[in-house]
Amino acid sequence: MSEKNENVKVKKIRPNYLNLSSSEKISRLGAYILLIVLCIIWLYPIVWIVLNAFRTEFNPDGTMVGTVVSHYWPKQVGWDNFKILFTNTYFPVWFRNTLVVAVFTCILSTMLNMSVSYVMSKVKFKMRKPFMNIAMVMGLFPGFMSMIAIYYILKALGLTQTLFALILCYSAGAGLGFYVGKGFFDTVPNALIEAARIDGAGEARIFATIILPISKPIIVYTALMSFTGPWMDFIFARVILGEQNTHLHTVAVGLYYMMYGQIVDTSRFTVFAAGCVCVAIPIVALFMYLQKYYIEGSTAGSVKG
Amino acid sequence: MDRKKYGISGFFQRIAQPFINFYKRFMDGSIGTKMSHFIMGAGNIYHGQIIKGLIYFLIQVGYVVFMVTCPKVNNTPLGYKAFINFVTLGTQEGDIFTPADNSMLMLLFGVVTFGITLMYLFAYNSSIKSSYKADKDLKNYGKVTTFRHDLKEMFGNRFYIAMLTPATLGAVVFTLLPTLFMILIAFTNFDKERQAGLKLFDWVGLDNFTTFFTNPSGEIAARFLPVLGWTLIWAFFATFLNYYGGILLALLINKKGLKGKVIFRAIFVLTIAIPQFISLLAMRNLIGEYGPLQSFLIKVGIMSEPMSFLANAPNVWIARITIILINLWVGIPYSMLLASGAIMNIPESLYEAARIDGASKFTILRKITMPYIVFITTPYLISSFIGNITSFNIIYLLTGGMPKVTGGYIAGGTDLLVTWLYKLTIDEQQHNLGAVIGILTFLLTSTVTLITYRRSKSYKEEDAFQ
Repeated sequence: MSEKNENVKVKKIRPNYLNLSSSEKISRLGAYILLIVLCIIWLYPIVWIVLNAFRTEFNPDGTMVGTVVSHYWPKQVGWDNFKILFTNTYFPVWFRNTLVVAVFTCILSTMLNMSVSYVMSKVKFKMRKPFMNIAMVMGLFPGFMSMIAIYYILKALGLTQTLFALILCYSAGAGLGFYVGKGFFDTVPNALIEAARIDGAGEARIFATIILPISKPIIVYTALMSFTGPWMDFIFARVILGEQNTHLHTVAVGLYYMMYGQIVDTSRFTVFAAGCVCVAIPIVALFMYLQKYYIEGSTAGSVKG
Repeated sequence: MDRKKYGISGFFQRIAQPFINFYKRFMDGSIGTKMSHFIMGAGNIYHGQIIKGLIYFLIQVGYVVFMVTCPKVNNTPLGYKAFINFVTLGTQEGDIFTPADNSMLMLLFGVVTFGITLMYLFAYNSSIKSSYKADKDLKNYGKVTTFRHDLKEMFGNRFYIAMLTPATLGAVVFTLLPTLFMILIAFTNFDKERQAGLKLFDWVGLDNFTTFFTNPSGEIAARFLPVLGWTLIWAFFATFLNYYGGILLALLINKKGLKGKVIFRAIFVLTIAIPQFISLLAMRNLIGEYGPLQSFLIKVGIMSEPMSFLANAPNVWIARITIILINLWVGIPYSMLLASGAIMNIPESLYEAARIDGASKFTILRKITMPYIVFITTPYLISSFIGNITSFNIIYLLTGGMPKVTGGYIAGGTDLLVTWLYKLTIDEQQHNLGAVIGILTFLLTSTVTLITYRRSKSYKEEDAFQ
């Protein structure tokens, strides 16, 4: 919505460039230069990782260099790092693990989060304020304080460290993060719900047929955040799934150990970079595709608190 | 019931209310309701609500069986024995032939059994209430509700209970219970020497806290204040530099008449979308001794020879400043997005009016744009301050808390309270000290929140939009 407005505005006020005062010209030129410099700073590391993924430089003895090198642009490019990544490492397994965890986390936590948000916003029940206060207090404890406890509980109970446990850890607490969703539902007019009630619709039906269809932005936002969470999280996955179980790693943990783990054999920076590219491309594509919802959601969430 | 009660008397009234209700229902209720006080569901069966009554009755049977038989998990009993164990934390010292009692599981199961008992009491209360309601219905309407009707009600007026239950259960089991458990650990001597199942640990009261505060020469205490100090410095700079950096960038991108806004913004959104572990590890290598940045700086003549800016930095402050700078790279795009949102929402009429009054561009920026952005984004500022106090990834992935400092007690020069907590518990098994740090972190974040949130408009006017 904002995009459109902006375009209209720009067209309306765009003066003929020749008519601009010279100070305006200079300030505009300065702004362009500054922005381009900033963009270069922000893109510099990202481009570097992508370049490294394709970097296939060889030592004189025929082995691949693979480490961090001091020149930015590669002297030779190829697909070798990706080949190594998919044939010599557990990367496909990590990727599958993360995908499974992400899909289930997304479904579970979106459902939990939406139902709590809606109730907190639209239903005035007796325990509402205490509930909100407890949720706020819980949010102030360092998140992985409970994670460490979960880790010890799982370990003490002899429960195998499974992806299922990780899914539960990611999504079980999702209901506590209802503030963003509540902010959205607060803007849904109560009259809409009242009218449906007068027509005799039950609460479940109101939620399913009236609220859900108009909540697409917030649902997409919540789903996006919970789906990308497992791809980005490093510490929960590492603690819950253990450091030894290579076949249980998610991409973040697996790639970290590829760089800083015990197995020297695979600690190649360029292969790591190839892995990063494989992870980043789908996530970035998703973000860009749903950019509108992401911006709306994060703005609404932090603006309303 | 919903009359607002304030102050201390209101507080006691609120606590007393359930007991008063309890007494009233017992005296007022039918014989069935009276029976319900002893056998759950009796009142419902008395009124012919067989299925509902049976469900309540089964809950009671289940609870009693659970409490009496004390089912064992990993050789540690739940049920009533768990309460006893919770107090003693185990009596059987281990030797070669018999394993020691598992103090940690005993502590945990004590908490679990307590939680189950609370839920049982809740069900118990609701069974009496339901029976009492049936009494009333019989008196007022001449009939009680059917099970089918109750079920329908579950999807009608009481649908919110069905919606809240799974989320609440999840939060209780995976957040509340573990957090309680960690808080309790802070009052024990559960440390490296007393591994669970090998050696008993016991309650020590406030000893762990006194180690932190009253023994300034002690290793931990000597390390605590520096780590706390750095945590605060970090949170302050990380929050405010990112915040104002983001606003400036947003102003720049949204400058009137500038083309390519969408592209510029997309480039910065791109950096948000890339998983942090990737961008942080990339940064770490990019600016490392062997990375291209340093070789470039040497070529240009700014540096003379490669050095570490992070984990092996010669001076702690080099590492600290580098972290804060890298965090700018990570955080500015995000606050830019928020500030952009705010800027686009500023009513054009405000600018018009200012221009008519002959305000200069700088005045407009200072008097209209900035106050507006700051007003809108203050809640974000607070939550990002708290987020920075407990931010883990950036420190752990960039330096792992290093460089080493003298008398570090595991904490390196860039360790925050939370990364120290992680190291103490996961790497060093000093669970009790880790738990104390967790509690102190909580106190820190909650103080900040209390001071700021309570004053902020969005808290006071929480219901303004309803």
